[in-house]
Amino acid sequence: MNRGLLRGRGLQIYTWLVIAWLALPIAVMILFGFNDTHGRYNTSWQGFTLKWYGKLFEIGDLTQALVNSIVIAVLTMVVAGVLGSLIGLALGRYRFRGAGTTNLVMFAAISCAEIVMGASLLSLFVTLAVPLGFWTIVISHVMFSISFVAVTVRARVMTLDRSLEEAARDLGAGTWATFRLVTLPMIFPGVLAGSMLAFALSIDDFVITNFNSGSTLTFPLWIWGATRVGLPPQVNVMGTLIFAAGVLLAVANALLARRRA
Amino acid sequence: MSSRLRAALTPYALIFPGGLWLAIFFVVPTVVMLSLSLQSGDVVSGYAFTFNWHSYVDGITTYHDQIVRSVIYGLAATLIQIVVGFPVAYWIAFRGGRRKSVYLFLLLLPFLVSFVLRTISWQFFLSDNGLLLGPLKSLGLLPQDFHILATSVAVVCGLAYNYLPFMVLPMYVALERIDPRLLEAAQDLYAGRTQTFLRVVLPLSLPGVFAGVLMTFVPATSDYVNASVLGGTSNTMIGNVIQNQFLVNQDYPVASALSFTLMALLLAGIYAYARVLGTEDVLEVAAR
Repeated sequence: MNRGLLRGRGLQIYTWLVIAWLALPIAVMILFGFNDTHGRYNTSWQGFTLKWYGKLFEIGDLTQALVNSIVIAVLTMVVAGVLGSLIGLALGRYRFRGAGTTNLVMFAAISCAEIVMGASLLSLFVTLAVPLGFWTIVISHVMFSISFVAVTVRARVMTLDRSLEEAARDLGAGTWATFRLVTLPMIFPGVLAGSMLAFALSIDDFVITNFNSGSTLTFPLWIWGATRVGLPPQVNVMGTLIFAAGVLLAVANALLARRRA
Repeated sequence: MSSRLRAALTPYALIFPGGLWLAIFFVVPTVVMLSLSLQSGDVVSGYAFTFNWHSYVDGITTYHDQIVRSVIYGLAATLIQIVVGFPVAYWIAFRGGRRKSVYLFLLLLPFLVSFVLRTISWQFFLSDNGLLLGPLKSLGLLPQDFHILATSVAVVCGLAYNYLPFMVLPMYVALERIDPRLLEAAQDLYAGRTQTFLRVVLPLSLPGVFAGVLMTFVPATSDYVNASVLGGTSNTMIGNVIQNQFLVNQDYPVASALSFTLMALLLAGIYAYARVLGTEDVLEVAAR
């Protein structure tokens, strides 16, 4: 008994160590957003300051890159959210010829190496002489997000009780009314989760964006370009704020779910 | 339109817009890239389709080292993830109690920070006189010329770090699903702790390990961010070459040929892996 207890404790400590390892670079990022640097390099600790939070938007093209990232992520969330949900609904609800192929394409898109996806889409744009920029980024982000939304929504649809829709129809609701009043509210948590996943995938994407951005910069691309010359503390602050927003959203979501339960 | 016909057409109508998007921007580009890899010419004078296999021969012979290195780094990172991640998944699944979701959330925290920024944060932490090595050197515990950056160790650790949650989550899902009664049954049949683990828990966790490998080996092998930020110039991977050929040299035929080689390599690897492991349909595992 004692040995078992000890082993359980050992594994617990180990788990916390791994979590600490995962969190370490985040801690470094947050800490150096408060660093009182004066030169160009933010590499050694100079003392605590909040000044970078005040000068957050002083680097024009960095701010523009962040704005681009957010706008692209919102567009991706909406477009991929709708298109992916429709596919998820079809796959979860109906049996039809072609469902297998659709599932296969979804699986291929999810498991395909990002660099291969980015490179082949660039091949298409180069061959058709499509100018690269904001819209090619949006196209690529919707492309790789659709499958993730579809899979999320499909999982939700499969757990639903079909008899509720039949009941609505028995009570005289038409196809559209049934969808709007019964189906949509029931699958909505899946749609919401899928869309938020699309937003998160989009705002963090680097590889596919790197291939299809032309001269337009997103937040990850700007950071990538600045690595050789050293990152300004504003990047740390923006990273910290995005991180904080993500944590707040997740915690709020968990609390809401607990209250509903 | 009759209602039966309409019902039969509904799924196709639902799939159409998203399916079209995927067809045009995912399926067609793969074909275009295959065609591009067989063309000859250059950016200035244009390309012509000539069944030019030379791009493959040239690409593979020139970048042979990078291809081999990518596979080795990818395998090493995946292996590290299994070894590091399994105990974590095991502990959360069996001992996490009511706070399981809290632990899972903590595991996913890194995903709230941009992938590039996380990797740069490591570079910063591991730099020659940085937060980790600086103090150790000034205490005289390490020689002054000791470095971690620009080594293969740094790249493999970066890869293992960045994709670890993708490995732990599927393993956790498989372990969590194990019916506790199976463990009791094993004990009733006089299996010790080790026996129970080896003959009940481990086999039942394999689909999770399988899915985890699928989700981490592909991105790790094809990555170029870690090699570029943490690896210096002598540890480049195939991703670095593809990125450079496409975006800097604009040698599209060779770049496409290398992308295709990478894709074929990954597909062959996954297929062989699925056959050897003999688990159920790959699709089925991945669909969970």
